[in-house]
Amino acid sequence: MPPMSRSVAGIQPDRATLVRRLKNILPVHCLLVEDEDLRPYECDGLTAYREMPLAVCLPENEGQVVDVLRTCHQLGVPVVARGAGTGLSGGAMPHAEGVVLSLARFNRILKVDRDSRTAVVQPGVRNLAVSEAAAPFGLYYAPDPSSQIACTLGGNVAENSGGVHCLKYGLTVHNVLRIRMVSIEGEIFEIGSGAPDAPGYDLLALCIGSEGLLGVVTEVTVKLVPKPELAQVVMASFDDVAQAGDAVAAIIAAGIIPAGLEMMDKPATAAVEPFVKAGYDLDAAAILLCESDGTPEEVAEEIARVRAVLTGCGARDLRVSQSEVERLRFWAGRKAAFPAVGRITPDYYCMDGTIPRKRLAEMLAAIAAMETKYGLRCANVFHAGDGNLHPLIMYDMSKPGDWEKAEAFGAEILELSVALGGSITGEHGVGIEKINQMCVQYATPELETFHAVKAAFDDKRLLNPEKAIPSLHRCAEYGRMHVHRGELKFPDLERF
Amino acid sequence: MTLDEIVAAVRAAHAGHTPLRLRGAGSKDFYGGLLAGEVLDLSGHRGIVDYEPTELYVTAKCGTPLTEIEAALAEHGQMLACEPPRFAGATLGGCVAAGLSGPRRMQAGAVRDFVLGVKLVDGRGQVLNFGGQVMKNVAGYDVSRLIAGSLGTLGVIAEATLKVLPKPVAETTLEFACAADEAVRRLNDWGAQPLPVSASFWHEGRLWLRLSGAAAAVDAAARKLGGKALADAGCIWEDIREQRHAAFVAPVLWRVALPSTAPTLAVDGLQAIEWGGALRWYAGEIDAAAIRAAASAAGGHATLYRAPESLRCRVDPFTPLPPALLALHRRLKKVFDPAGILNPGRLYAEF
Ligand SMILES: Cc1cc2nc3c(=O)[nH]c(=O)nc-3n(C[C@H](O)[C@H](O)[C@H](O)COP(=O)(O)OP(=O)(O)OC[C@H]3O[C@@H](n4cnc5c(N)ncnc54)[C@H](O)[C@@H]3O)c2cc1C
Ligand SMILES: Cc1cc2nc3c(=O)[nH]c(=O)nc-3n(C[C@H](O)[C@H](O)[C@H](O)COP(=O)(O)OP(=O)(O)OC[C@H]3O[C@@H](n4cnc5c(N)ncnc54)[C@H](O)[C@@H]3O)c2cc1C
Repeated sequence: MPPMSRSVAGIQPDRATLVRRLKNILPVHCLLVEDEDLRPYECDGLTAYREMPLAVCLPENEGQVVDVLRTCHQLGVPVVARGAGTGLSGGAMPHAEGVVLSLARFNRILKVDRDSRTAVVQPGVRNLAVSEAAAPFGLYYAPDPSSQIACTLGGNVAENSGGVHCLKYGLTVHNVLRIRMVSIEGEIFEIGSGAPDAPGYDLLALCIGSEGLLGVVTEVTVKLVPKPELAQVVMASFDDVAQAGDAVAAIIAAGIIPAGLEMMDKPATAAVEPFVKAGYDLDAAAILLCESDGTPEEVAEEIARVRAVLTGCGARDLRVSQSEVERLRFWAGRKAAFPAVGRITPDYYCMDGTIPRKRLAEMLAAIAAMETKYGLRCANVFHAGDGNLHPLIMYDMSKPGDWEKAEAFGAEILELSVALGGSITGEHGVGIEKINQMCVQYATPELETFHAVKAAFDDKRLLNPEKAIPSLHRCAEYGRMHVHRGELKFPDLERF
Repeated sequence: MTLDEIVAAVRAAHAGHTPLRLRGAGSKDFYGGLLAGEVLDLSGHRGIVDYEPTELYVTAKCGTPLTEIEAALAEHGQMLACEPPRFAGATLGGCVAAGLSGPRRMQAGAVRDFVLGVKLVDGRGQVLNFGGQVMKNVAGYDVSRLIAGSLGTLGVIAEATLKVLPKPVAETTLEFACAADEAVRRLNDWGAQPLPVSASFWHEGRLWLRLSGAAAAVDAAARKLGGKALADAGCIWEDIREQRHAAFVAPVLWRVALPSTAPTLAVDGLQAIEWGGALRWYAGEIDAAAIRAAASAAGGHATLYRAPESLRCRVDPFTPLPPALLALHRRLKKVFDPAGILNPGRLYAEF
């Protein structure tokens, strides 16, 4: 195993040398070095963590990406790739001794092919733009993060992003067929293909969700799917959060895989309604949004079954969207949940644990207890169908001690997710934020394997260093033990 | 056979640098590179560990026959949607390691798409847990899916968790008469429409299309598409899934994966078209270089799926990798199996 020092390999060149070398590669308008220009890049969507980079590169073609990476590799300078910076785990937060490699100018859709139902896009293309370009063909790109108007395909690939339709249509990993990726040494890899089952190891699966640690993506081929003829949403109100949680399991048990199955609790609907006017039931303890799509016959059949299940589970009120406008309005509230909560609190901290669906009610009760314990409020939005929770912990950065409380609150939720048989992150990634909780989810041998996998791609550990996978040293310091579904395992700490 | 026994066998092999040949039921001995090493028979490590219908997953030990898993799922109206063949007692470990999927692949996904987690014994005999039992998990690299299709070269899959899905309520098969090119054209045209197509198969001028889903949707699509509705078509799809169909009997069989829209290759011996045009089977004494060149020109790749040993010892089973990619494969192999003892040469002769 490579030793896990916290600093990156190699001798740090001085900033002037680095900038001079980068100027040889990039035209002036593609390189930012002044503090005021660097400032917008100091964080991603997780604003609590900030760092100023030495420089920001904005290459316009793959050749420049290759040159920047080669140069940084030679000089031993860390590189952090960046899409739109909407990430919520600090994945795109710069490294203090490194450069940011923004793919913002890789914003062209290269091809949309109706017959093969694929699109080839550059990594800086926004998620929604792909579906917009495919729309004239009756097709769309299924993974739809709530941030889809802003986030990029490169970021989606790096995080294996999900969305409200992933229950039925899969995550990024299920919808990307091929990527082109440049290694830190400037080598170009074609991974996956337009044909199924590319030969060799499934490197596509390995690279999707690798948080910019294995290479820089310069092109993505995605699968497009036909737009269903009809989609309708059932909105159900519950007087009890636990009942709503049970209803989610009951829908799945009935053999229904809805196109989307989302839940919001009362604090969340209360935040959203004044902002979006989605028509949510503000008296309900929780609401469920359950979407059905397909042919009109199919949708009618499924909606009837969903209604029966929800009524059986104690839903107080059921509404079915009667038009596309109404359907979009029901979803608009859910999709705007984060910014809406952002309007009622100075700051919020979004968590991303996943748990088995049947533990939803238990988790909600635990979160309610934590609100009292930490003295902070929390609104809950869930991708309930996949057991993916987004508790939004409200705090005030300007109040001393508030952020620390929010962080501890979040850590407790994540550690409980692991104890309940789930994961610390369903779609936002580990980044810098959940690095300590990785020590709880994985034991030493798995972490060592992750580091060795990283070294197979980037042995100087220059791409997005100190993110996603904690050093064993860090885990020893964090002092929290790996929990595997309730059993405690003792990590091998002899070497420290 | 217990996990400890697997670990002990791998540790001994690692210490002694003795190659191991991992074997589930041996239903795929014909597939991949020539077999080498001492057999590590995993069929005794069997049994379902955990099955939660409402959580949509099943966890089982590697030697569990797929038939046993599917029987348990069927009791709850669920299935392995990737439809791996159960041929001759095939095991879960072999299914994940081979990563080959069945007729429903284009609609539902490949084996790897359903892998949620694995318990792996790596080439040093370490027990590693990757992924888990939840639908979404992006903590750490997705090693479980990397393992799918790695043909036992990265570790012994001691246990795997697969996502399961409800069985469709209704299913109908339609039959059409058409030539290969026309089949490819129609399949892609249908594929771009919101139709509940769950499988397709073309062989000797006939095209079968399976529709699955809600009864109303299947009926509506069948009316729209025309063709001849087959009363009891289940056995066609079983024969295809198990490769008992006449299209698969040839002693030399090439499996060619292509973008679904690729026109018919200028190669003789086309036996069958599956997966909406994306998978095509060729039989006969075909020049390996020629079929590989034709496949790659069309954006795909060709696997020598089955062949007598006299041919297998001359031709790589899988399309050779470009040098940079091959070097990366070797580095990854070293991560998981530094002594190179697990199924050497089964995937590529170089590792
Ligand atoms: C309001 C809001 C709602 C959100 N909703 C969802 C949601 O529903 N589902 C969900 O999954 N996420 C959601 N997110 C999180 C975020 O939008 C996603 O993680 C998104 O994929 C990030 O894309 P980005 O372009 O902003 O990437 P960035 O934040 O710029 O980067 C994310 C990571 O990707 C890496 N990266 C970026 N581009 C490349 C590249 N070309 N090559 C290699 N690595 C690269 C970066 O280094 C970083 O590690 C939400 C965020 C916000 C702010
Ligand atoms: C005629 C035929 C047609 C087939 N067609 C299809 C098809 O169309 N679609 C499809 O999905 N599948 C297909 N298969 C695949 C086959 O059914 C599955 O791959 C099967 O599950 C293999 O299981 P097995 O136990 O027989 O594996 P084996 O033949 O014993 O092993 C297969 C591979 O997996 C490795 N292996 C076995 N167990 C483990 C383990 N526990 N850990 C690590 N590596 C292991 C072996 O070393 C070997 O490389 C076909 C098989 C046959 C025989």
